[in-house]
Amino acid sequence: MTDAPAPEDATLPEGLARRDFGDGETLATQGSPVGPEATDGDWRAWDASRSKLAATYAVGLDPGLTADATVLYLGAAAGTTASHVADVAGATYAVEFAPRPVRDLCRVADDRDRLFPLLADARKPESYAHVVEADCDLLVQDVATRGQADVALRNRRFLADDGRLALAIKARSEDVTDDPSDVFDAVLADLREGYEVLETASLEPYHDDHLAVVARPH
Amino acid sequence: MTDDGWFANCEPGDVDGAAVAVRDGSASEPADWPARAVDAGFAPDEDAYYDALHEATVAAARAEAVERERADDQQLVHAVRAMDDCARTANELAERAAEWAGALFDVSGGGVDLAARVAERDAETPAEERAISLAERVVELDAEAEDLRGFIEQQAPTVAPNLASMAGPVLAARLVSLAGSLETLAKKPSGTVQVLGAEDALFAHLRGRASSPKHGIIYTHEYVRGTHPEHRGSAARALAGKLSIAARIDHYSGEPKPEIEAELDDRIATIRARTGDELPDDAGGDDGGAGE
Ligand SMILES: C[S@@+](CC[C@H](N)C(=O)[O-])C[C@H]1O[C@@H](n2cnc3c(N)ncnc32)[C@H](O)[C@@H]1O
Repeated sequence: MTDAPAPEDATLPEGLARRDFGDGETLATQGSPVGPEATDGDWRAWDASRSKLAATYAVGLDPGLTADATVLYLGAAAGTTASHVADVAGATYAVEFAPRPVRDLCRVADDRDRLFPLLADARKPESYAHVVEADCDLLVQDVATRGQADVALRNRRFLADDGRLALAIKARSEDVTDDPSDVFDAVLADLREGYEVLETASLEPYHDDHLAVVARPH
Repeated sequence: MTDDGWFANCEPGDVDGAAVAVRDGSASEPADWPARAVDAGFAPDEDAYYDALHEATVAAARAEAVERERADDQQLVHAVRAMDDCARTANELAERAAEWAGALFDVSGGGVDLAARVAERDAETPAEERAISLAERVVELDAEAEDLRGFIEQQAPTVAPNLASMAGPVLAARLVSLAGSLETLAKKPSGTVQVLGAEDALFAHLRGRASSPKHGIIYTHEYVRGTHPEHRGSAARALAGKLSIAARIDHYSGEPKPEIEAELDDRIATIRARTGDELPDDAGGDDGGAGE
């Protein structure tokens, strides 16, 4: 990505840096590599076009990831983004409901002793509430499924009062035909039942028709 | 549902028990589990708690993922068999419906198309009512077969991504179905994969009554059917070889490996180049394949 907007210089938490891997600056974290990604020593490039959370930083939002934060990650897939999160944060619970990517997620977790993979449906928080602790600092959600606001609302119970929700809304998951901006408005309206929306930004050019949202529970 | 944490009935050090508790447990609300586990004496401190949690969650997720995937390949097997049953039954019943309709109405033709036209009619007598109703069943069965195909097309790429991409979803499902499961398919030598579905021909050959079959169900793949008859044996062997590799990767790792498909494409191009093959007339078909 060369013609991407220049990242606003939000101060990055410990464990997260901007580094040049030979192709301009990208976010980077330290940890054992996962899949095809640029590395430099133990620094791993965190590519905004492969991760909605990295793109959230790239478009100038602060998702609230901090060193030692306790994180609940919904829609972990094979763990690409979850691995970066776990390398920065403390205890990281990663929920994914498709069995195939969970196998990869387990491999990613083998190298990370505070990354906890959970094969579960994010619409059924009771099925992991006996494992995931209360008062998480950050809820990351990238589930790309219908009912994204509902998933965020159901999982609000895991967040501390001053915790953050970092949500990537995929318009096409809600409705393939509707205008994305209408879809975003509808999801945000639903979300406000349980959250105060702090910031939003489009994830273009990294991810088409996705809106990044940072919110806190109210 | 209880309000206990996963560790409530676990012995420290029992990973299997812990994994079961993670998988099967539930709670209405989360709590400060690390502190509670320490208070309850399950772990001496939070670090030890997280270590135990890590072991338990990884073991649980891994075991459940494997189990669920196995279950998914069985859904594919049921679906492809049901699809074939629906299609076959629809065709059989269509003949009966056409015969009956031909006696009652001024219609011609046959098959599901005719049934669809008959199903539109209004009945005026009890006999017509039955004949039209029968035609409606034909149309419904045919629609069910189509829906099953849609399910297979959507499901096969998740169950066996490499196999589905190379064989096409329907042929991939048929191979899994003929073998019984993705695991048994992955364990078969490629020579067996090559003749899967040609069991009758194989028996005839073993009894000395026929030449050995060169291909089974993989005949429906464009790479076999679309290759000149003289080279079909080589094409079938090459295809079966790569499909076996795909099935193994899908069973053991599940990572997409597009390079195998590229190797197959090259190999087939080489085989076809031997005679400057033109596609024979019967190339193409309904079962999906890399060429479609
Ligand atoms: C866009 S992918 C996530 C990619 C991942 N966050 C990353 O950046 O590496 C969306 C994932 O959400 C999962 N998903 C969809 N609905 C879900 C649900 N109800 N519960 C848990 N996971 C779900 C899908 O299986 C898929 O793996």
